[in-house]
Amino acid sequence: MVTEELKINIGPQHPSTHGVLRLVADLDGEYIKDIEAKIGYLHRGMEKLAESRNYHQYLPMVDRIDYLSGFFNSASFCYAVETLADIKVPKRAEYLRLITMELNRIASHLLWLGSLLLDLGATSPLFYCLREREEILKILENLTGQRMMYNYYCFGGVRKDMPDGWLASVRDFCESFPAKVDDYEKLITENPIFVARMKGVGIITPEIAMDFGITGANLRASGIKFDARKNMPYGVYKDFNFDVPTHEDGDCYARYQIRLLEMRESCNLIQKAISRIPGGAAEKLKVKRTNCGCNKPECAFCGDDTKVFFKKTNPLTLKIPTSEVTTFVESSRGLSLCYVRANGTNMPDRVKWRTPSFSATQLLPELCKGGLYADIMAILGSLDIVLPEVDR
Amino acid sequence: MYALYLKIFKYLSLPKWIGIITWPVIPFIGIAALMVLMVLFLVLLERKFLALLTIRKGPNRVGPNGLFQTVADAIKLLFKEDIIPANANKILFTIAPVIFFFPVMAVYGLIPFAHNWVAINASCGLILMLAISSISILGLLSAGWASNNKYSMLGAMRAVSQAISYELPLVLSALSVVVLSGTMNLNKIALGQESIFEWYIFPSVLGFLIFLICTLAELNRVPFDLPEAESELVSGYNTEYSGMKFALFFLAEYAALFIYSALIATLFLGGYSSPLGGYILSFIPYVKKVVFFEQAFWLMSKTFAIILLIMWIRATLPRLRADQLMSFSWKFLLPLSFLNLLFVALLKYFIG
Repeated sequence: MVTEELKINIGPQHPSTHGVLRLVADLDGEYIKDIEAKIGYLHRGMEKLAESRNYHQYLPMVDRIDYLSGFFNSASFCYAVETLADIKVPKRAEYLRLITMELNRIASHLLWLGSLLLDLGATSPLFYCLREREEILKILENLTGQRMMYNYYCFGGVRKDMPDGWLASVRDFCESFPAKVDDYEKLITENPIFVARMKGVGIITPEIAMDFGITGANLRASGIKFDARKNMPYGVYKDFNFDVPTHEDGDCYARYQIRLLEMRESCNLIQKAISRIPGGAAEKLKVKRTNCGCNKPECAFCGDDTKVFFKKTNPLTLKIPTSEVTTFVESSRGLSLCYVRANGTNMPDRVKWRTPSFSATQLLPELCKGGLYADIMAILGSLDIVLPEVDR
Repeated sequence: MYALYLKIFKYLSLPKWIGIITWPVIPFIGIAALMVLMVLFLVLLERKFLALLTIRKGPNRVGPNGLFQTVADAIKLLFKEDIIPANANKILFTIAPVIFFFPVMAVYGLIPFAHNWVAINASCGLILMLAISSISILGLLSAGWASNNKYSMLGAMRAVSQAISYELPLVLSALSVVVLSGTMNLNKIALGQESIFEWYIFPSVLGFLIFLICTLAELNRVPFDLPEAESELVSGYNTEYSGMKFALFFLAEYAALFIYSALIATLFLGGYSSPLGGYILSFIPYVKKVVFFEQAFWLMSKTFAIILLIMWIRATLPRLRADQLMSFSWKFLLPLSFLNLLFVALLKYFIG
């Protein structure tokens, strides 16, 4: 019998390619002979655009690199400029950054969980995940005025202090959230079909992971304990003690488990940060400041630590002398790197982004080869790729 | 009823032979009407029930509480442009939805909705029903092949392999009921389960489970919805279909959902017989004659219990992979259904 390979074009408008990824697969029946990932449909020239804008103009665009977790790239760029221009950040602002980043991590992981299960054919987990994500988005909207493209961080801190009652809403969320994750685990983790689809599929060995530059939860699921928050701490992460979960298997199921653990860990981290934030809740801080009124820098209520920025920078006068810096931020998808080179004007000479999704996309053909057609969706879903981040 | 019907013709002073000719057609008209109404209702039920399970409201804009949503959808589908892809095989492309649709419709005539209320009271109704309903897979295959689309083709191939491998355990578990009842007539099978203790689900509980699982596979529903896996094959065999042709696929799928659930109710859950032991209406004078209403009510409630179970499964489970699907059928379900048949046969031989 004569058989021939079927060349099938998955994407760029396929329901489960999470945006505009295009995969060209050679199929032998249900088996994949070869697969090639074609990217670039969402290329906006983020790096080149930086060169014709001053630092302040470029900052809001940075959120758009990864639309599901905008805070991380924003933080990365802010840290870079702050290092170059030698701008100090008050502690309260750093704590706010930590809380918002971790909330953002949970929101991003929730959407990942929902869409992974949707790719596997289970529809209802998506709605449960979106319910919790909605709560986070409401909290963040209350703080920043935006649901996705926050533009909340500025050079030298954050744009404004939190509104009254915001910290309490975050605390409420953190108290209710672990029970919700337990619910997901009940629904998903032990499900025999889910386990059969995920276990032993798309195994990333530690060697492959290091060769391809995989970072984030995908790397930790392969047994390598690397987390930028722990290994090269930025902000106030070094003040906190938190677990970095790792898993030995490196398959899709391990990646699923790691991300669930990360959600719980982020929740704990937020709770710790809430209890330790300098100045405490905004409504109480106002009263304490009025009663204190000493304006001494070491005061616990009106001192430096309780400010959200020391001095706002001017877009025209923020001229950074010729120098370069690279900053790392552990985003929800992995290590997000930002390289900034300044040339003495108020515009950057060069900005370079290294995004974790890009490395994960390279790995996709390696993982899919020899597997079944349906495995593509399990692997693609478990890698947690966001296409605007791949193409930038 | 027959005499009453002929009397109408007498009163209207119409020739009697018209009545004699049209009498056998009436059940089929009734069944066709039932099917269309049932599908309209089932689609709404599924959307509302899934919404309930996934903390949403479901359709609530058209009519009171979204009651006319499916009617609006049907009207929209009727008026949509009927697109045939340029390189498609036009004849097969047009005919495929019909091939898919007509066996499901034909099968409606074989289900006893109440005692002797069955359009075709065939002595081998069960086998006839399974045989006719497996024709519809030809419709899927021709739809997938004729659309000249790779996704459709893959979906059709999956559908065929799935239908063939799940047909065997399905028939074998249905056979266990035949062994227990000693007949293939669905009406007599239902008659054999007068009280709740005689339901065939108790001696053949494995058969019931296998039949339910295979029904899910035959209906292409979660977790066996590989032929139309949205995240993998876009929409499978009906990717290229639009307008009324798509509506026919849709109609047939939901009609099949109802008929298979009714079959499960008839085979394992006593069919139209009351679980209370006797019919309430038969104790009340004057309404004894309409006891079939109560019988139809019991069949419907059992059927809808099964339908809701199937919808619940859809909301809970992810989808199997193609190879897992095959090995599950051939390596697990088939031996198990043989075992069940053997067990039931021994039970029948020794206990009676």
